[in-house]
Amino acid sequence: MIITSGLKKYYGDTAVVDDVTVELPACGITSIIGPNGAGKSTMLSMVSRLLGMDAGSVTVDGLDVSKTPSDVLARRLSILRQDNHMTARLTVQDLVAFGRYPHSKGRLTIEDKEHIDRSIAYLNLDEFRNRFLDELSGGQRQRAFVAMVLCQDTDYVLLDEPLNNLDMKHAMGMMKLMRRACRELGKTVVLVLHDINFASWYSDYIIAMKNGKVVRHGDKNAIINPEALKEIYEMDINVHEIGGHRVSLFYD
Amino acid sequence: MRNLRWSRPTIVLAVLVALALVSIVCFMTLGARGSWSFIIPFRGRKLIGLILVAYSVAISTVLFQTVTNNRILTPSIMGFDALYILLQTSIVFFLGPQMLALINPYAQFGIEVALMIAFSWLLFQWLFLREGRSLHLLVLVGIVFGIFFRSLSNFMQRFLDPNAFQVLQDSFFASFSSIDPTLLGVASLLVGLVSLLLWRMGHSFDVLSLGRETAINLGVDYKRTVVIILASVAVLVSVSTALVGPITFFGLLVASLAHGLIGNSKHRYILPAAVLLGIIALVGGQTLFERLFAFDTALSIIVEFLGGFVFIILILRGAAR
Repeated sequence: MIITSGLKKYYGDTAVVDDVTVELPACGITSIIGPNGAGKSTMLSMVSRLLGMDAGSVTVDGLDVSKTPSDVLARRLSILRQDNHMTARLTVQDLVAFGRYPHSKGRLTIEDKEHIDRSIAYLNLDEFRNRFLDELSGGQRQRAFVAMVLCQDTDYVLLDEPLNNLDMKHAMGMMKLMRRACRELGKTVVLVLHDINFASWYSDYIIAMKNGKVVRHGDKNAIINPEALKEIYEMDINVHEIGGHRVSLFYD
Repeated sequence: MRNLRWSRPTIVLAVLVALALVSIVCFMTLGARGSWSFIIPFRGRKLIGLILVAYSVAISTVLFQTVTNNRILTPSIMGFDALYILLQTSIVFFLGPQMLALINPYAQFGIEVALMIAFSWLLFQWLFLREGRSLHLLVLVGIVFGIFFRSLSNFMQRFLDPNAFQVLQDSFFASFSSIDPTLLGVASLLVGLVSLLLWRMGHSFDVLSLGRETAINLGVDYKRTVVIILASVAVLVSVSTALVGPITFFGLLVASLAHGLIGNSKHRYILPAAVLLGIIALVGGQTLFERLFAFDTALSIIVEFLGGFVFIILILRGAAR
């Protein structure tokens, strides 16, 4: 379980994340939704130690994120940000192999190689495995990075807007993959999502943020309803039930 | 690609090793007249100096580029060697040239290296610890720093009396033919120690080249690793600047060539390739100029010219992206 308590981050005088105390349940998919500038990515960055916190604390399975050695955490929790700028010239396979670094420090074992092959196959990257990342489309590159994070084989997988750059087919594939990882391997996946229908369809638990605060959190049906969505997004959103799933319509 | 033994990086490295060996042999033997017992130690000292410089510049540039995650910045462009010159000038300016003659050259070198490490630490605090510094700001700050250090040195030099200036002048121009032999021993020792330290953390270099966030995700102790690498870079820059003076674009030249020739970004290929290219350029170039053209300081001009050319190409390509 990931627990944040009193988490705060300021940029200048503005609190981007303002006193967030929330529990992210273990197992299953948790989505963080909310309008632009709500502090979703900032919170995720602090949970994953990419960004220092100004106050508060985060624990992952009881380990304090700011005190636990980085390599210990790297075997428990992985994070993928939206823009992964790098100058290194690597093939897809090289990149995915880096996912094993926390376990083997660069000396790949046979077991590591199996993990690499499996992750590449999971994300349908077999035909690209020897291509360089700069020769791939944005979506393919995104999938290569997700394969690296999966290869890291951590209990907690944090993804910041993983559906960016993906077409419908691959976006759906990505969410199904996450659901499979949760069900079959017992992983906990935390996602920042902008599309509330993806959140509604695939997540088990939703956290809604606005102006740096958590305004609602709970089971997905507690969030995907007109009244809660109105509070979060300040617009009227119709919610319909189709085949047992709630679908939101916000086109005017 | 199937046979890993003869993949592109291996072939490139093999060719570079051969070329480097040829350069070294030529440097030691061509135009040798007189007794070998004189020639070998005489040229050998120069050779060791050139190799030390090539090694220091190549390693420091490649690692600096890995840490800053870009291919245009180098320690010299960020003003590291300008600072070294400033430190030397300050010693002569404030303590006088007599002091320079009085204090042990090792002690002086030690103090300068220590100050360089302190500076790199400050630079790190200032530029890397705060998240989200833009690359353009980094380059700009670096260039401003460089100009500031250079101007300050120039300013102090104006006030020196001609004798003191004479003492200093040697270190202002990059000269590969007049390497300071007193520092060879201590320089080799320092380079050896730094190499040992870097060797032990070598597995993290590739991870660092993925960028700060990915490196942290993969469990690299980012702050500690980067501080150690920048301190090592400061030591290596001090060594090369102390031996031959400031060379701005040489590091950029060998690092860019190494990346281009090897074709991927694995440090176990890039680092040796950069070092070998440095040795070929310095030892081979020096042989060429000394034996064929009978020039003396021209090598530094050519190296700087080519390096500057690469710098402009990189800037233009970066801007086009």
